[in-house]
This record gives sequence, C-alpha cells and structure tokens, in this order.
Amino acid sequence: MNARPLPRRAAARYRVVHETEYRYSSTVSVSRQAMHLAPRACARQRTLDHRLTIDPLPTYRQEGVDCFGNPLTRIEIDHPHRALLVVAESDVTITARGDLRDPADSPAWESVAEHHAYRAGRAPDAAALQACRFRADSPFVRAGTELIDFAHPYFAPGTPLLVAVHRLMHAIHRQFRFDTEATQIATPLLEVLAQRRGVCQDFAHLMIGCLRALGLPARYVSGYLLTAPPPGQPRLVGADASHAWVSVHCPRNGWVDFDPTNDVLPDLGHVTIAWGRDFGDVSPLRGVILGGGAHELDVRVTVLPLG
Amino acid sequence: MTPSPDLRTAALLGQYELDPARHHELLDARGELRAHWRHFMTGIERGGAAQMRHRLDLVARQIRENGVTYNVYADAKGTDRPWELDLLPQILEADEWQTLAAGVAQRARVLDAVLADLYGAQRLLADGLLPPELIFGHDNFLWPCQGIVPPGGRHLHLYAVDLARAPDGRWWVVADRTQAPSGAGYAAENRQIISRAFPEPFRDLRVQDIGGFFRALQTTLQRLAPAAPGESPLGVLLTPGRFNETYFEHVYLARLLGMPLVEGQDLIVRADTVFMKTLDGLRRVHAILRRVDDDYCDPLELRGDSALGVPGLLAAVRAGRVLVANALGSGVLESPGLFGFLPAVCQRLLGEPLKLPAVATWWCGEPPVCAEALNELHRLVVKPAFPSRRSEPLFGPELGRARLGELRARIAQAPGQWVAQELVQLSQAPVWQRQHARTPIVPRAVSLRAYAVATADGGYQVMPGALSRIAAKAGARVVSMQRGGGSKDTWVLAPARIAGAEPPQQRPLGARDIVRYDDFLPSRLIENLFWVGRYAERSEDTTRLLRVVLSRYVETGGGVSTPALAAALDTCRHLELIAAGRPVREALLAAVTDDAAPNSLAQVLGGLLWSASQVRGRLSQENWRGLMEIQREAQALARERADLGETLDLLNRVLLATSALAGFAFDDMTRDDGWRFLVIGRRIERLQFVADVTAWLLRHRPRSDAATLEWLLELADSIITYRMRYVSAPQAIPALDLIVCDPANPHSVVFQARELARELETLDARFDSACAARFAAIADRLDGCDLAALEDSLFGEALRDEAARAIAALLEDAAATAREVSDELALRHFAHVDVSRPIVSA
Repeated sequence: MNARPLPRRAAARYRVVHETEYRYSSTVSVSRQAMHLAPRACARQRTLDHRLTIDPLPTYRQEGVDCFGNPLTRIEIDHPHRALLVVAESDVTITARGDLRDPADSPAWESVAEHHAYRAGRAPDAAALQACRFRADSPFVRAGTELIDFAHPYFAPGTPLLVAVHRLMHAIHRQFRFDTEATQIATPLLEVLAQRRGVCQDFAHLMIGCLRALGLPARYVSGYLLTAPPPGQPRLVGADASHAWVSVHCPRNGWVDFDPTNDVLPDLGHVTIAWGRDFGDVSPLRGVILGGGAHELDVRVTVLPLG
Repeated sequence: MTPSPDLRTAALLGQYELDPARHHELLDARGELRAHWRHFMTGIERGGAAQMRHRLDLVARQIRENGVTYNVYADAKGTDRPWELDLLPQILEADEWQTLAAGVAQRARVLDAVLADLYGAQRLLADGLLPPELIFGHDNFLWPCQGIVPPGGRHLHLYAVDLARAPDGRWWVVADRTQAPSGAGYAAENRQIISRAFPEPFRDLRVQDIGGFFRALQTTLQRLAPAAPGESPLGVLLTPGRFNETYFEHVYLARLLGMPLVEGQDLIVRADTVFMKTLDGLRRVHAILRRVDDDYCDPLELRGDSALGVPGLLAAVRAGRVLVANALGSGVLESPGLFGFLPAVCQRLLGEPLKLPAVATWWCGEPPVCAEALNELHRLVVKPAFPSRRSEPLFGPELGRARLGELRARIAQAPGQWVAQELVQLSQAPVWQRQHARTPIVPRAVSLRAYAVATADGGYQVMPGALSRIAAKAGARVVSMQRGGGSKDTWVLAPARIAGAEPPQQRPLGARDIVRYDDFLPSRLIENLFWVGRYAERSEDTTRLLRVVLSRYVETGGGVSTPALAAALDTCRHLELIAAGRPVREALLAAVTDDAAPNSLAQVLGGLLWSASQVRGRLSQENWRGLMEIQREAQALARERADLGETLDLLNRVLLATSALAGFAFDDMTRDDGWRFLVIGRRIERLQFVADVTAWLLRHRPRSDAATLEWLLELADSIITYRMRYVSAPQAIPALDLIVCDPANPHSVVFQARELARELETLDARFDSACAARFAAIADRLDGCDLAALEDSLFGEALRDEAARAIAALLEDAAATAREVSDELALRHFAHVDVSRPIVSA
C-alpha cells in the first residue's frame, strides 16, 4: 500500500522479441506445436505489429483463438528436422492503469466469494459467470487446507477484498525466495509452500490457489517485463524470460492484476500475452514430437521501449 | 424368514434368507415365486442337479474358451483372472421394462442436450439451473472443446446408466456413464453363453434379442461419420491397451462391431485428418469409438502426460473431420452432484418431467443443502462430487462419532467437492452357488447397467437387456466388479404383442457378403506378429538345444565329458546361452529358468508372451490357449530349480507346446499380411539358428563324431528322417545334406531361404523392395554347394577342413542376410511405429 506515486507516463510502446530454440540429439520426424506467442488485445493494451518466424517452415499452420480468447497458433512439421527455432516479434502499446480507487473501497472479501457462489434460483450476472471459470480447481492449482491456512491471517472477516489480496501478495513476496533451481514446471503447490521458494510461475499458482480456496475467482496471466527499467527504477525480477502474475475478480473494479514476484500492481512495465486458469492453459509452446531423443532448449526474451 | 415351504423349488432355496427390508427379484414379500420366474424355476427343478452341473461346466468352459478375463488392478494373483458369470439370468417383465427403458431413453436425451448446452451457449449456467462450480471443477469439462459442435450435434452416442432397485420395487439411478461406457460387450458375451446353457427356457420365455442394439450402434457411427460422398467410412475402436481392466471387452466388441481395434499409436493426424497406419500406408479414419478417457485423448491439447491418445485429435475434431463417440468432454456429466438439478433441467430442455428417479443426493456446494447433509451424515454415504478424485465412498452408519466429526470438517473445507447420498438397500437377485449342490440358491445384491444408443430421429434406442452385476458377499452395500463381484445375463421378456425371439442368430450372409481379405491391419500389429513368429521359433530352438545338452549331461552323470557333450556346451557358449566359466550344472539351470539372463529360455518365453499379448485380438482361441499353457510352464520353470530330471521333463513339455504353436502358424492362420510377417519371422529365426550352429560346428569341430552329428540333427528336428534314409549312425555328408541342402526338408537352411524368397516376393511387388532376390541368391548358392569336397580325398584333411570352412562361410552369409533383411523390414514397415512425447517450453 506504500506504493509512492512515481512520475507516470500515460502510455508506453514496446518491441517484444521471444525466441525459442530446440536442438534435438536425434531426428524429429513429426512435430506438432500449439503456441501462445501473440499478445492478446485487452483494455490497456493494443498490438501494433506481430511477426512469427518458424524454422523449419511448418507443413501446416493455423491461426486461431483458444477457449479463453487468447491468440493461438497451431503448427505441424511433417519432415525430419534436428532443430526448431521460433521467433515472435510483437510491437505493443500500453496505456497507464487509471488510478485505482482506494483499495479499502472494495467489497468485503466474503461478500465477493458469496457473489460468485451458486444459489438455487439465482441467475449469476454475466461478469460473475465469466469469473467462475477461474474459481474452480485446475490441473496445476488444487485448493487445499494448507492454502487456506496460509491465506488465513490476511483475510480477517470483513477485510475489503483488494486490501486482503494486497496483504497476501506482500506475504508471498516476503516469505518466499526467488530460486530458479528449486522448482520445475510440474512442482506441486504444496511442495512450493513447504520449501518457501520457487519462480514467478509458482508464486502465481500459489496466490491463485489461496484465493480460489477462499471462493474468490483468480486467473493466471502470462506475459513479459521490461528488460531494462526506466532510469531510477529497480530492474524487476523475471525480465529476460516469460513472466507470470495473477488477476483477481472484484465485482466493483473488474479484474485487478497483482504481481507477487515483485510485490507490485502491474502497470506500464507488464506486457500481457494470455490468461487462463493456470500455466497449462497458456504455456508459450506446447508440443508433441516423434523422435528427437534428448533436447536442449534456449529461450531468449527481450522487451525494449520503442521511441 | 425363509421362503414359503410349499414351493416346489423349496429345496433349491433352503439357504435363501428372505430379508424383509429388501426387494427380492425372485420372490415376493410372502416368499412366493414371482410369476415371471415360475417357468424358469420349474425347469431347473425338473432338470435336477445333474443337468445344472452340466450347465455350470458348459458356462465355465465357454468362459475359458472366450478368454473372458477381467483385469483387477493390484491383484496379487496376476493381471488376468477368470471373470465371474452367474449361471442364473436376471429376469425382467415386459411391462416393467417398457417403463424403465422409456426413462433411460429420456435421460440419455436430456444429458445429450445438457452437453450441447455446456459446450455451447451455457444457458443452463447463466440461468442458474446448474452450478458453474460443478461443471468447471470437473476434470472432464474440457475447455479446449468449448464451442465444438460434433457431427449431427450429437455428443452422446452410447450411454449407460447404473440402476438399483429400492425396497419399494422401483429402479433408481445410481450413476450415469457418459464418456466411454463399459460393459455392453460383456452383456453380449453373457447372452451368448447363458442362452446356450438354457436354450429351452430362453425360447419359451420369449427373451428379447439384443443384437439390434449393436447394429444400431454401427449404423449411428456410420451415419454420423464425416465421410466424403462415395467414400465408405472407416470406424475404429480406440483402446488404452491390454493393461486396461476391460481390455477383453474391447477385443470382443471390436469383433462384434466389425471394427479394427487400435491403440493411440496406431493413429496419426495429418492436416486435421485422422489416419490409421497400416502396412499399405495411411488410411483415413472417419469414426472413433473410444474407450480412452476424455482427458487422455490428445496429449497436445489435453493431458500432456497421456501416452494413450492421439496428438492432434482435437484439431481434427474441431475441423469436423472425424467423429469421436462419445464426444470429447462428455465425461463432465459423470457426477452424482448433478442428480438434484436434473429434474428442473429436463423440464427446461425437453419441456417434460424427468421420468427416472435418482437416489436422493445432496451437493454440498450450496450452503443450506450442505447444512442439511451435515446434519444427516450418520445415515448417508459421502462421495466425491468429481469421480477423478479417486476416493472410496464413506458410509455414515459405519463411522463413529469422532470420524463423523472429522468428515464434517473435511467437507466444510471444500464443500463443493462432496456429495452426500441416501443409502440404497439394493434388491437381491438369486445366485447359484456351485459348492452347495443341495441348496445352491442364495440372495446377493444386484444392480443393473442399462444401455442406450443414439438413433437417427434424435432419440435413443435402449438395449432390451443389460449388464446385471452382483456383489460377491451377502449383505454388501455396493456392487463392484473390482471388489470381486460378478455379473449376470439379463433377460427382458417380450411384451405379449411382440413375437417370441429366437436364441441369438445371425443374418444369413449371401455371396455378395463374401470378404476375402482384411486390409485394415495396423503396422503395430504386424510388427508384433513378426516378433511372435521370431520368439516362437526361438523358444523352440532354445528348448531343443537345452534338451540336447541337459540329456547328455544327465546321461554322462555330470562327471565325464564326451566330445559330443563338449561340442554342445561350446555351442551354447557361442550362442551366449550359458556363461563361460560358470559351473556347468548351475549355468544350465540358469539358461532354463533365469529370466534375467539375456538369452535364457525363460526370457525368450517372456518375449514371446509379451508380443503375443500385443496381438491377442488377432489370435485364435487355440493359439491363445497354447500360449497360456507355455506361460504356466514358464512359471513352473522358476520353481523347479533344483532337479535336472524334472527340468528335462519340463523342456519336453515346453517343446510340445511350442511345436503346437508352429502347427497353428503354418496351418490355422488366415493367409493375410499378418500371417505372412509371422511366418517370415519364424523362417528368418530358423534359418539363422540352423545356419549359425552348423557353421560353428564346421569351423570348430570339422571332424565331428556320430554323437555330435546326432544332436545336430536333433536340433534341426531331422533325426527321424535321417534314420529312415540311412539306417545307420549319422555321418557328416548325409547329415549336412539333410539340414543344409535338402529342399524337401522343412527344417533345412535352403528350405527357409526358398520359402522366404517366395513370401517376400509378394511384399517386394507391393512395396517396391528387393528382399526376395537376396534369399533366392542364398538358395541358389546352397543348391550349388558341393558336399563331395568333404569326402576323403587324395589331398588329405587340410583340404577337407578348408572345404568345411567354405560351407561355413556360406552359412554365415545366409545368417547375415537374414539379419539384414529383418532390419530392413523393420525399417520399412514398422519404423513409423514410435512413441511420441510431449514437450512444454517455459
């Protein structure tokens, strides 16, 4: 809450370059990939230009939108290859977040949970129904007693939703260490909770799990951070790679983003790619290959301000 | 209370306890036989004990022959065990059935409409008729399927419902099966067996035929399959494989429906089109009847860790290029949490009241409902709302105060994940117990799984029959096959106006129906048949060699070695069958029984059984039984470690079983591509073995004695022919002629080469390869082989040894050719049989 207002600009333009390179120890005969690499359009963000270069050239390529409205490219490569290089270049503009109302002005968290719960004979409003997609367990996020216990101190009865979520974000940031060695994609939440370390993905999953366990809708947002911070501001953790944060649904304020890895509310420095229930819905590249043996993977991300 | 004593069948029911708190299928409340059972029971009574024993034997034999097995996970007895089928059918009256069937058909229609809504507009959620949590929290609600409209708008092609009869005599819904209902195949099999055991009552009672149900399923799949005009649609049955608990049923059903049985790796998606990999290349698949769970069907878009699915399947479905039955994601309706909401949903979607009552169920996600359930917990059963959270039902009456408290706390933590349900006192069906010959009939809890198939008019056709399942023990609360229960054939009697059905029979086939080939063999199947051929021959060869050595070893008393025994032992060492340096006795036993030793008989048999199990659906009953026999022998090998004599006896029995396999291979199988590869596998293996051993002897024992030549002839199964021809102790030139050059001896090297050339010619012509010529060349060289060079000559032994080495080189060439061609076949025809794997980038 001590977010001292910095001198703020109204908008920013960036060029995002996301390179993914696989090198296989033996020949891959068939490869099939689903890629979340194009930034989705949303309230504060617009895509000016997007180019996707794939080597080798896919046999079959299809552009579409996934079930959560994120752009999705599906490709198929039917000829033998030993490496796969995917380069996504996107130019986006982001407008600054309008000043949030006082977080204390949000409804009590229990009433938000109640608002999204089912009551016989009550038809949910459209926004609440949409939000309910992100309220149930998902493959990477299973709510459990341990999560409720962890969140409990920050959700005293009657606490305004956004105040409580802020506190939860602080708590995760304070109590957990960023450690790229500690976890892998499939590390279960309870292990992250026990070890008190992980990466942005884990922290996002953990925070989502806590919120959902309390009956609150929360979604997983994937995107990027500005590589080099503006002068005078610290470099954020998680630049140079895909980043992830959390969005919580408030009936009064709509979806509000929180970045537990950096303990900030995302603003001009966060570029959104996609959102879903958890990492599994929005992984940048998800694929199935035939052959290939062992593989090496290189991912390079740069986000540079444009003029 | 026991049944009324004036019954004629009283003796049979002497052990039958008539629990007044439950409904009895056989007896009414006064203990009298119900009218629709009378004819059947009188027949049994009249036939007497001997006839029933005869029927029991018939059923047991039939089950064994069909290889009916039900894999129970973690069963210490092994993965396969005979599956219980009760001798007595469940009998249901025509009127009662009509009402029930109308209810089942209606429920299928509602559920189909619910699926269309959930994967479409989701009006039911927006209008508050279904809780979003119950849908979105279900692992089988597949978000990637949102918005997909399946062919004809149908989601549910095959539906099953589990029903239980309450003490009031009504049938109540216990569970819906919407993603890949199992058991219809077992129902068909039970019918085939039990109708044959009771042909007269079956005809007299006018039992309804269930064959039409399976024809309707075929028709539905064909009609909805998105085939191009003029193209006849190809449907396949997709199985998770032989480790699935209902694999037998998949094999049975695939045969019944006339569909190839495939695994995920047999299919491939190219440009949003599904193909089956066959020997002749890729064939388009239009319809997939799946027995793989929803989320396992496509590792690309669904569960990434699934090895059972087909990468890209969802894209093909989305493009409308393939029919998947049931539609992906239909498993979301398998939740008892939905029961309470369905009456209102039915009213909304169909404009009529829901006919079938469901067991009273409280979904705890709604606070007032949850409070009510928590209050009543001591008399309810608690289950997870989502079946993928595998947890056993908890019975309130069995829990003490403390454990009920714990359960309440657990439910309160995540109420939406639990349901509480009324306990059903299951009705009791009569079950025949073999071990009580005088009073064989006892009551057991029974439940009914009924089936419905989508029809062209938008409705559903219900199978006039069902899979009845019975509990293993008296007083059981639930019926579960996995807990050792059994099943029954279910006889639905025909209504008065419908003519009596005959015992199941097929439509007569005319000349136009003749099919002479089966061109839908997946490559994986062919590859496994090839290996069945190789391993079967290798088992036989290894057994012969071990028998040769062991018998000589026993004859010489284990101490004195003869040149013949030494040569045989060296041959074993050359083939790496026994380890050099190990004590002979120990090494020999290990070569028979140690399945960790690389070339041991135990290991070869293991390889044979594994490959055979991969093609179980293709083998004849006799063939399969022969293999089971061998498995039993192989298991016995390990136990009978100590005694050489017994081991020898065992080898003789294994040899008998493996020779029987050879008989099947050469005489009993249809001459299709599968057979061709099996025989090629056998011939390649045999050629290698005889050529290898003979070449080794020629190089290292060029002047073998008669005893050595005798076992060489024995290895090539040619000793009898030799004795008939030469009536003397074996000598080198005639022995070599017989096992190398004689084109009439089916074990000779030249015979293998000629046969291989002949079989491969067919393949060469089709696939533009050149394998046949290589064996023809080998055969020509063998024909030209001059054994006269081995005669005593003026030039002495040195030259004779040189001639022996030349023949050895020729045989080595033959063996090398066999190895190379084997690799080439694998590369050309099987190499695309590979396992794909998922990769996720950060």
